[in-house]
Amino acid sequence: MLLFILKRLAQVVPVIFGVTLVVFLIMQMVPGDPAIIMAGEGASTETVEQLREDLGLNEPLHVQYFSYIGNILQGSLGNSLKNNQPVLDEILIRLPITMELAFFSILITIVLGLTAGIISAVKPYSVSDISVMVVALLGISLPSFWLGLLLMYTFSIKLQWLPVAGWDSFAHIILPAITLGAGGAAIVARMTRSSMLEVIGQDYVRTARAKGLKEHTIIYKHALRNALIPVITVVGLQFGSLLGGTVIVESVFAINGLGRMIVDAIRTRDIPMVQGGVLVASLVFVFVNLLVDVMYKVFNKRIDLN
Amino acid sequence: MNTLLSSKKPILKVSNLKQYFIVKREALFQPKQVVKAVDGISFDLYPGETLSIVGESGCGKSTTGRSILHLDEPTEGEILYKDVSLTEMSKKELRNIRGDIQVIFQDPFASLNPRRTIRQMLDEAMAIQKVLPPKQREARMLELMQNVGLRPEYLERYPHEFSGGQRQRIGIARALAVNPKVIICDEAVSALDVSIQAQILNLLKRLQNDFDLTFLFISHDLSIVKHISDRVMVMYLGKIVEISDKASLFKNPLHPYTKALLSAIPVIDQTIKRERILLKGDVPSPLNPPTGCRFHTRCPFATDLCRDEEPLLRELESGHLVACHFAEKLSAI
Ligand SMILES: Nc1ncnc2c1ncn2[C@@H]1O[C@H](COP(=O)(O)OP(=O)(O)OP(=O)(O)O)[C@@H](O)[C@H]1O
Ligand code: SF4
Ligand SMILES: [Mg+2]
Repeated sequence: MLLFILKRLAQVVPVIFGVTLVVFLIMQMVPGDPAIIMAGEGASTETVEQLREDLGLNEPLHVQYFSYIGNILQGSLGNSLKNNQPVLDEILIRLPITMELAFFSILITIVLGLTAGIISAVKPYSVSDISVMVVALLGISLPSFWLGLLLMYTFSIKLQWLPVAGWDSFAHIILPAITLGAGGAAIVARMTRSSMLEVIGQDYVRTARAKGLKEHTIIYKHALRNALIPVITVVGLQFGSLLGGTVIVESVFAINGLGRMIVDAIRTRDIPMVQGGVLVASLVFVFVNLLVDVMYKVFNKRIDLN
Repeated sequence: MNTLLSSKKPILKVSNLKQYFIVKREALFQPKQVVKAVDGISFDLYPGETLSIVGESGCGKSTTGRSILHLDEPTEGEILYKDVSLTEMSKKELRNIRGDIQVIFQDPFASLNPRRTIRQMLDEAMAIQKVLPPKQREARMLELMQNVGLRPEYLERYPHEFSGGQRQRIGIARALAVNPKVIICDEAVSALDVSIQAQILNLLKRLQNDFDLTFLFISHDLSIVKHISDRVMVMYLGKIVEISDKASLFKNPLHPYTKALLSAIPVIDQTIKRERILLKGDVPSPLNPPTGCRFHTRCPFATDLCRDEEPLLRELESGHLVACHFAEKLSAI
């Protein structure tokens, strides 16, 4: 197991390299000169030129890239072009907010998804199954910004039950977490359903039934435990799209998280900020995936066929 | 066996059992289709006997077994176990009586929960049916392991640590754990190598003797059926076409379908000369079974009568029932 974890950690290095390179190149291609944006519209050509020189933007691309990598290895993500503050400081403020949002969203994905999936699987093709699956289909097809606005309109503006936007209390978390978790919940629900139905059709569930086991014991003790294994993988994969989704949801609900920080940084061509933000988001994603793989191994150990 | 049978009361009585399945529509506006997997069969199972069900794939053998076990609620008909109707029982009564009728499935990989040890499986079985108080279960588990020829230390292992034959022994131990009276063996040895098949069959026979078990033995392999059965029931497209004691059926099959099935087994004894009857075409779909005698599309002796009128299952010789209009004439062939 330790060896497995070490191996996976070793794979992280090239992934991170790739991410930094891709982000770096994309930022070069994006139109708009960061030096001009930084200096402001009316600045003189000399000022802009001086800024460009100071920021090292006149160096050849590969020199810029390697000096960036060198800084990362020394633990520095550079300074923001906007306010010259260290990027890392800003990220450390933003990241916990995004992680909190991600945590509650994935909670919703799991709890809602599993519950709905089980309800469906227990009575396939019944009214409850079909309704759950129709809602799940909607959940998958609705774009999250639309769902977010819809929820905001209903619960914050019309009913006034919950705050419209911001990030001050638990009440603020509810709508964004639902918005972000809904798509995943729908996918988990469908996966749980099909996985459960497969297990319920197995002969060992029939023999359990033939022994006179109560139906709910059959579902929870025999079927669900075996059905959960593929669901874990799906939850892990969902986390990736969930991180991507924070960008949109944080913008819709005006949450000052990492996602919104990256969007703002892109708008102002704050290259170090974008690079730092994406790098940290990628690291989080890679480590969560590692965690999921370890969990999968632990769960699955007993049926690992050597 | 015949005289013996008629003097006994059946332990299980199946009357006019029908099991229909509604199949999922493939297109939205397609009418619902009904598979008549089992379509009105009646037979008795006597205590201590082995009754085999044979027939081609899809003829309804497993469905019959599952209906008796009430894993599927029968569409119609009645199943009496020791004169009590299983079909009319409440869920709770049914759960309590379930221990009496157990099942062993074909696939030893699929029929054991991969995440439970053998001990957990046996213990759970005994706990549900309240076979023994917890303290005495340990001794019983060791006894069960011995009964099926497995080492006691295997109790702590998971199913994947065993071979196919060993898994089937575990399945048998689990079935025995609740002290059943009837065991339905659905292709219980079909997935095993021939040498292992023989071992498991012998084990089943020994256990039958030791514990007074009644077997409903589902198989498509006639040589196995010939080995283990007392009586044999032949099914075709959800109907019983012939039912008889083993000797009479193998020596003197009365239904053209049975004759065809039997002529397909290789004969070792050269003095017995048998005409090989080849069946025309495939088994028709149970979605849309032929009218009259369901076998008429493939029967070499079919007439207009066969197409129009369904032959009833009737006793031609003592204990030998057949469903064919021309059984008397054909028995001479
Ligand atoms: N749950 C179900 N839903 C729909 N159709 C079913 C269902 N179970 C069985 N059938 C159909 O009923 C018919 C009989 O199936 P059954 O499994 O009883 O056959 P069998 O005689 O056991 O065949 P085999 O030798 O292949 O095991 C088949 O046509 C099958 O497709
Ligand atoms: S009833 Fe007719 S079709 Fe059916 S088996 Fe007998 S002869 Fe053949
Ligand atoms: Mg079958």
